[in-house]
Amino acid sequence: MATKTANIAAVRSNAGAFILVTLVGLGLLTVSGMAQATVLHDAAHDQRHAMAFPCH
Amino acid sequence: MTKNLVSSAVFAGLIAGLIAALLQFVFVIPLLLEGELYEGGERVHFLVDGMTQSEKGSPALGNDWARHLMTIGFNAVTYTGYGLLLLVAMGVARERTGTQITAKNGLIWGLCGFIAIQLAPAMGLPPELPGTPAAELAPRQMWWFLTIIASVIGLLVIAFGRGVAMLLVGIAILLLPHIIGAPHLDTYFGIAPPELSAEFVTVSMGVAAVGWTLLGYFAAYFFERGETA
Repeated sequence: MATKTANIAAVRSNAGAFILVTLVGLGLLTVSGMAQATVLHDAAHDQRHAMAFPCH
Repeated sequence: MTKNLVSSAVFAGLIAGLIAALLQFVFVIPLLLEGELYEGGERVHFLVDGMTQSEKGSPALGNDWARHLMTIGFNAVTYTGYGLLLLVAMGVARERTGTQITAKNGLIWGLCGFIAIQLAPAMGLPPELPGTPAAELAPRQMWWFLTIIASVIGLLVIAFGRGVAMLLVGIAILLLPHIIGAPHLDTYFGIAPPELSAEFVTVSMGVAAVGWTLLGYFAAYFFERGETA
């Protein structure tokens, strides 16, 4: 019984980890690929072209 | 779990991003700089005695270190970002289906990432040389984003679905964005030679394929190691 409870708790915490990590990943990609602020756009320019982000 | 996902993504993202950046400096950036000569009007195609011609040759990388450092840095950021999402996909797949995550099958995860995130959108929206006019930005971004989502779902359905029906559903989802079609202008406005654009597309796809394969391999490698440690 104790093991079962522990397993469920582990699965629950994994779901939290998956959501958190997904958001961090999307945040990084927004900065490197999508954000239109001029400073960011110019800095990331060559990389965006090379990785085919539709950025302008 | 969070720590292992993040550290695996950072290590794999750094390795894949740095190697991809190196390959970009050798193969992609010279073509990009050559494209900028047409964008800026320093070179003109289509104007010599009615014949379509212009001189071939890329400018040197030059000493704009700030610009090139940014390219290296943002490659690491992009690959780490994709690495985080790839690892979440691996983690969820393992939890839901019991699939083992190993460095070797990480290669397949990476290749599928390449197909869904680089290749499938590029079929509708080819990587663009600087100065290539294209349709309105927002609809292109929308199509790009939805194509990635559809391709990821389609590949997951094919990989983890059971039976022929699921296989067909997966294929249909993969095809859907291409049947709808990407937003395009109804006129060609390209100012650079078509050969240059074509080479830029194939070479940047090739480099992205290498980057993604490395990302998949190392993401799975560090993920597996992080758990046994």
